[in-house]
Amino acid sequence: MIKNKTIHTLSVYVSNKSGVLARIAQTFSRRGYNIESLVVSAAIDGQFSRMTIGVSGAEEGLDQIIKQVGKLIDVLKCTDHTFDDAVTKEMGLIKIEVGAEGRGEALQIAEHFGCKTVDLTDESIMLQVVGDPDKIDALMGMLQKFKIIEIVRTGKVLMARGSEIT
Amino acid sequence: MENITMDGGQAIIKSLEAEGVEYIFGYSGGSVIPIFDALITTDTKIKFILVRHEQGAAHMADGYARATGKPAVVLVTSGPGATNVITGIMTAHMDSVPMICLTGQSVSWMIGKDAFQEADIFDISMPVVKHSYLLKSSNEIPRTIREAFHIATTGRPGPVLIDIPKDMSAGPMSVGLHAEMDIPGYQTHADDEINAEHIQNIAEALAKSQKPLILAGHGVMISGAQDALRQLAEKMQAPVTTTLLGKGAFPETHELSLGWLGMHGSAYANKAVCDCDLILNIGSRFDDRILGDPAQFCKQAKIIHVDIDPSEIGKMINPDIHCIGDALKVIDALMPHVAPLNTGSWLKTLDGWKQKYPFKFKRQGNLKMQHVIDEFYKLSDGKAIVVTDVGQHQMWAGQFYKTDHPNNFLSSGGAGTMGFGLPAAIGAQFGRPDDLVICFSGDGGFQMTLFELATAALYKLPIKIVILNNHYLGMVRQWQELFYDDRTSGVDLEGNPDFVKLAESYGIKGFNLRRPGDVKRIVKAALDYNEGPCLINCEVEKTDNVFPMIPAGKPIEDMIIDAPKAGSKKLEKPTGST
Repeated sequence: MIKNKTIHTLSVYVSNKSGVLARIAQTFSRRGYNIESLVVSAAIDGQFSRMTIGVSGAEEGLDQIIKQVGKLIDVLKCTDHTFDDAVTKEMGLIKIEVGAEGRGEALQIAEHFGCKTVDLTDESIMLQVVGDPDKIDALMGMLQKFKIIEIVRTGKVLMARGSEIT
Repeated sequence: MENITMDGGQAIIKSLEAEGVEYIFGYSGGSVIPIFDALITTDTKIKFILVRHEQGAAHMADGYARATGKPAVVLVTSGPGATNVITGIMTAHMDSVPMICLTGQSVSWMIGKDAFQEADIFDISMPVVKHSYLLKSSNEIPRTIREAFHIATTGRPGPVLIDIPKDMSAGPMSVGLHAEMDIPGYQTHADDEINAEHIQNIAEALAKSQKPLILAGHGVMISGAQDALRQLAEKMQAPVTTTLLGKGAFPETHELSLGWLGMHGSAYANKAVCDCDLILNIGSRFDDRILGDPAQFCKQAKIIHVDIDPSEIGKMINPDIHCIGDALKVIDALMPHVAPLNTGSWLKTLDGWKQKYPFKFKRQGNLKMQHVIDEFYKLSDGKAIVVTDVGQHQMWAGQFYKTDHPNNFLSSGGAGTMGFGLPAAIGAQFGRPDDLVICFSGDGGFQMTLFELATAALYKLPIKIVILNNHYLGMVRQWQELFYDDRTSGVDLEGNPDFVKLAESYGIKGFNLRRPGDVKRIVKAALDYNEGPCLINCEVEKTDNVFPMIPAGKPIEDMIIDAPKAGSKKLEKPTGST
């Protein structure tokens, strides 16, 4: 992930229909914002979906774009949670090349970060990590000493704390 | 399974009828044959107008809606039929005009497989619609059409597109025509309670103002707030300027009117913007044509922004106070809290500017566009619906045809769509058959949609089609003269046809006007001719320029009031948008 710029985390509650994502993506891209991460899933009521979107771009103007997203007919609510004390989590799968020699150290690091080993072969280990995106960044840093074959991250999901609705 | 009641096409026509649709403007094609068939098989009062190009249909529906306040329907086929209406939809979207656009689509099982005349119009149109639908079942027709009209006409209006696969319009429908809307995410803000604290803040700011200025936009007319606005201005004794699209929101002949402001608006309105101590914007989106340099706009004044669309607040200008809501409701809420203001000396200053910097032109020498427009204004008692195309003539029509009534000045403001004039005038005349419609066009824009002469002739619409013909794309030529050392490039319209002969070939009465001395006689003859449309080709001064002018992106203080003298300092290239 790109460092040194604020990635805003928006939670968007939408009608679960085709075309909604395209409209939202278009609203951001027209003004030069980049979608860094995106998670979409059905809400309790299957008629609606929850999107958690990480966007980067100029700070100035973002409020106005959030209002434009909120204005879309299929969007019920769009909120910026970047500076809220919400629970944010992400999951990552990381595959590293490691044989018998380095395996002990790799598993030690994995244990420290609370990873699960989800696949193990003579030449590789696949780790599953869940947590704050910063924690996943830190884990990746520690694993640099091994050859990282591939990484897949889900993107951030977020929920407001206590009785507040996201 | 419920009983089959009718086919999809019939359901479409019946649903449109339930919404009070009077006219459909359109063009047939393979994928909409079932809908055209339903126009015959359904007992309907809806009138279908066959145009000559789909863009014309969209502008007609637009002109109809701007003139009447009611939406009209565009019906076109798939593929190129649908892509041809995009310019018209975009034009309506930029100016918040309600429109329902029905496009045919391939049969549903062929969508996405490059079927004949397939275009993904749902996605292509997305950035220029208020909302859009791709039908998934015939049974969705009643609900979708109901929602489409509701969305198009409420809150901040706009175009809505419904893409209809041919199997949906041909296939059976097994539900009734009555349907409940299901749009939980849509907020119109039209019925929002007006925030009392914001009203109080506005009233307090107004009470302290010695030099207030009301800026009225198109939103005032959409809301029907013109009478309330006049009462507010008269009660406070505050001057009113409007945007170009706001012409008609406040009578331009009223003593408190400063006309319209902006790039080619009145010098006195622009000077008032620079000198006021408070600007109350009701229903305008602070368009770049009126701001000049947004960072310098009204820095000396308190800025108040009233808009029904929350996303407009802070988009161009960060106001000191804002209020979300319908213009009429906001004015009604504000009225009891305002008192007459001490504006005597401010109004005196403004009157001085009005005397010093009037719109003017020379009646001698070559024929001027302004002269023709001015004569139409006088001989029609200022009562016509004026429809313009885009360019120099549009600005002069705004300057010299004063507008006293709402919905009487129709112009493509935001989009600046050349080719808008003639079809929009046709739509306006269909909507208001008893009113005089004058269409001012340039020779450039007119030729972009001139094929609709056939439509005007066929229905014997008594539109006065005035071509202000300078054989140039005059506005661009003006920029090239002023800012590019007079290097004209791509603006010489050599090869124009003989417009009068062209008109005659459609069976339309034509007039040629060349000399200033003939203006009165020919304008009168054109106004007296009522057997159908007539076209007046006016051979005007080729290289005249529109003033006042605020160079794009420059602060309003840099307004050029009169033509620069020969040999005067070279002007810098403008930095603002177009």
